[in-house]
Amino acid sequence: MKDFIIPDDRDMGTPARVGAPVTLEIDGVAVTVPAGTSVMRAAAEAGIQIPKLCATDSVEAFGSCRLCLVEIEGRRGTPASCTTPVAPGMVVNTGTTRLRKLRRGVMELYISDHPLDCLTCSANGDCELQDMAGAVGLRDVRYEAPENGGLANHFEARNTSDEANPAWMPKDDSNPYFSYDPSKCIVCSRCVRACEEVQGTFALTIEGRGFDSRVSAGGAGDDFLGSDCVSCGACVQACPTATLQEKSIIEMGTPDRSVVTTCAYCGVGCSFKAEMNGDQLVRMTPYKHGKANSGHSCVKGRFAYGYAHHKDRILSPMIRERISDPWREVSWEEALSFAANRLRGLQAEYGQKSIGVITSSRCTNEETYLVQKLARAVFGNNNTDTCARVCHSPTGYGLGQTFGTSAGTQDFASVDHSDVVIVIGANPTDGHPVFASRLKKRLRAGAKLIVIDPRRIDLVKSPHVEASHHLPLRPGTNVAVVSAMAHVIVTEGLMDEDFIRTRCDWDEFQHYAEFISDPRHSPEAVEMLTGVNPEDLRAAARLYATGVNGAIYYGLGVTEHSQGSTTVMGIANLAMLTGNIGRPGVGVNPLRGQNNVQGACDMGSFPHELPGYRHVKGAEVRGIFESLWGVEIDPEPGLRIPNMLDAAVDGSFKGLYCQGEDILQSDPDTKHVAAGLAAMECVIVHDLFLNETANYAHVFLPGSTFLEKDGTFTNAERRINRVRRVIPPRNGYADWEITQMLANAMGANWSYVHPAQIMEEIALTTPSFAGVDYALLEEKGSVQWPCNTEHPEGTPLMHVDGFMRGQGRFIVTEYVPTDEKTGPRFPLLLTTGRILSQYNVGAQTRRTDNVVWHEEDLLEIHPHDAEVRGVSEGDWVRLASRSGETTLRATLTDRVSPGVVYTTFHHPDTQANVITTDFSDWATNCPEYKVTAVQVSLSNGPSEWQEDYAAQAALARRILPAAE
Amino acid sequence: MSPEKMVHMANQIATFFKSQPGDDQADKVARHLLDFWEPRMRGQLRDYIAAGGKGLDALVIKAARQIG
Repeated sequence: MKDFIIPDDRDMGTPARVGAPVTLEIDGVAVTVPAGTSVMRAAAEAGIQIPKLCATDSVEAFGSCRLCLVEIEGRRGTPASCTTPVAPGMVVNTGTTRLRKLRRGVMELYISDHPLDCLTCSANGDCELQDMAGAVGLRDVRYEAPENGGLANHFEARNTSDEANPAWMPKDDSNPYFSYDPSKCIVCSRCVRACEEVQGTFALTIEGRGFDSRVSAGGAGDDFLGSDCVSCGACVQACPTATLQEKSIIEMGTPDRSVVTTCAYCGVGCSFKAEMNGDQLVRMTPYKHGKANSGHSCVKGRFAYGYAHHKDRILSPMIRERISDPWREVSWEEALSFAANRLRGLQAEYGQKSIGVITSSRCTNEETYLVQKLARAVFGNNNTDTCARVCHSPTGYGLGQTFGTSAGTQDFASVDHSDVVIVIGANPTDGHPVFASRLKKRLRAGAKLIVIDPRRIDLVKSPHVEASHHLPLRPGTNVAVVSAMAHVIVTEGLMDEDFIRTRCDWDEFQHYAEFISDPRHSPEAVEMLTGVNPEDLRAAARLYATGVNGAIYYGLGVTEHSQGSTTVMGIANLAMLTGNIGRPGVGVNPLRGQNNVQGACDMGSFPHELPGYRHVKGAEVRGIFESLWGVEIDPEPGLRIPNMLDAAVDGSFKGLYCQGEDILQSDPDTKHVAAGLAAMECVIVHDLFLNETANYAHVFLPGSTFLEKDGTFTNAERRINRVRRVIPPRNGYADWEITQMLANAMGANWSYVHPAQIMEEIALTTPSFAGVDYALLEEKGSVQWPCNTEHPEGTPLMHVDGFMRGQGRFIVTEYVPTDEKTGPRFPLLLTTGRILSQYNVGAQTRRTDNVVWHEEDLLEIHPHDAEVRGVSEGDWVRLASRSGETTLRATLTDRVSPGVVYTTFHHPDTQANVITTDFSDWATNCPEYKVTAVQVSLSNGPSEWQEDYAAQAALARRILPAAE
Repeated sequence: MSPEKMVHMANQIATFFKSQPGDDQADKVARHLLDFWEPRMRGQLRDYIAAGGKGLDALVIKAARQIG
């Protein structure tokens, strides 16, 4: 495999522009750039680097440092090249004697207020101030403190008489990942602008004027950690000096090389440069050519990778006879033959369908493909499922029925063209932060926002972003709200009839229009159910229907309901009604949870579908795999995760190979999951840590992190991104190798030597991946499926000329209230979600410094509901549902409406899923995480369940010392 | 799975397809069960119907005749 060659990574000084070509001459070189481009960028395009300090291509030009001065023939003075746009025929000189002298003067002033400790500075070799001092030929600094005068600088704590320097400020080390050293600041304001323009948080500002100007996080007295800073790293990325710098660089030194790879956290799938110093990973920096993130990042991807070296990481395989025994470390051979013998034994005793697999949405496409192949080709059944079951399976069903494919319709860049954005059941600033920054940028430029969510999420109102409408619906009434919007659009004649006639099934539309026009779907009629003000709802529907480019983004607040699939269809109906499909700026966009949940679905993880979303009942499709694999494939669907657990309790499902998934913590109704796992005779957990599920496991196979293997992830925009090995697997093997060893221990005889071969097999069997191979990914960086002969370079936009299924189908969406109802015993509705700093069950992020932002799960409760229960801020409360009870601390907030409480599920000791029930989506069995009737009361301590669980977990995690 | 849970899941499916236009709702329920319910689950449903089918929507019972 040839090494990936990093494309031109230079800082072009100012952002790229789109426009008509303009030709000018710079230092005698003719250069053609789009109109609106700065002279600085045009020069960079021609290979001429104009010295600069305050300009960088991630933010708009500011023109403050005066280092990038140029001369333009016919114009007076020496304008800043960063703020001067190109003009046709312009003749620019960048290096005249006058300019050189001016620049040297500017640099001399800068350096007069900067410490000259370059050799011991943490940014040595990675400092633009140092580079520019060299570039302009600065040799001397003539400015000195006046005799008997004050020491006017910012960098010396004390003067030679040991008097404190009032202008000196100590380092702010409050953020666990980066430090702010004011003494090295040149006040270029790149950090402030990055926080505003790139991240959109507005946490930083320049305080004071002139010589007193300082970068400040929040108000006076705030440090970085106490401010609104979300630790995305954009300021650190933008800083040209050692002022804002990663602590890892301060500790370990600057990198000497880098490898481009893909983040293993959320479904945005950001590209990063893993920067290495020798064999040590010293920093992850967002890769500016990454198409999902364009050089931006969040606190998880940028900083929270330390779990790879956490002491809890298990590096040796372990087995045990019974789950009450302590673990015993054994060789790979012993562990694999133990596992293989048990699985084969179970099949002999209980039947071929008594065992199954859960593929991981955190592992690569290639690894997931192998795990489902293990079930289908080696176990000889279709008992394969993945965590998408519990998140976006309704998207698969709903969009499949309406559009013909479960795929999200757009790429992330599409939002730059949106005029109206509906965010429903998603909290992008926490769940998909890098996409949220892109969205907020568009909103600041004037696009309108509609938020449909029981909670007042940050997007509803945050600096320079305010939703036009927030519809705070009661949990469980999504279908009623979405249908009421469609009612308004149809009855007020706001639909796009041309689009419907040409692109959709007209007969089905007629049925639908008749159904939806019924007055029982009107906003006024459903207000009692939804709690949404009908005027607001009407206004929101009109805004979406008439706003030119309307886009819908949704998350698990849509899918994780009894009517999850119906809501997805309702959303598809809205987009079809208004013609918002098939061009930039529009579409239906499911925001996927985990890094490779899209890929896990694509790879045939579901029990009814072979790779590429083709039902196992199709003989032709089975034939493709049967001839390649030399086995017969079961034509019947297999068990889904909840069905596996039910069958386990019933005694007909006995063995599970679970890769990179912690179902005990992440799946609903923990007691039922525990009962299912306890009833199995061979549970194989393949993970980084002894997760909660491993408490019930007989075999533990240590996994590898994303830093330790090759492969691909597919993000929420169907983008296939390369994952590249940065360090060798600490556990000895990449996960695909371990699955292969297990398969071979069961007699499979697989012989893959590199994931690229697995991708070749995927391409060979799966039409939407037909054109994908590693060589193409090296060439293009990434590609969005479908990628085949029709779309050799992939498909950023779906359904451009017609729906995947031919004509779009309008589906009647009758609202059916969930059976999970409040009553006297359980009068409140619990809904769950997650927060920025933690990821999913927290197995990774809890093992990083991200815990400073969220060390425990809290229960959000409205002050009214708290008051009647005597609950104050920070009190321990008992949270009970018909499934179980737990205790956690309460926080009082009006982000939730009265009657609604909210918590996160990142910590196993609070374990929100003890509370959630076994109700699920009617079509897919996706659990109803988002609605549970609960009661909240004051508590003295942990619930009985928590105590029992802690005791069981402690026993289950014992590891015998290795034999000498 | 517990009979209550199975009845609940089957009735949810019937409730959706009942709301759809046309006169082939039972076919649609049957097709959904064939496509997504593992044979063990369908077997449990058939046995339950044979034992009286208490609590099941009439549409589920009608559909179950088609799932063999």
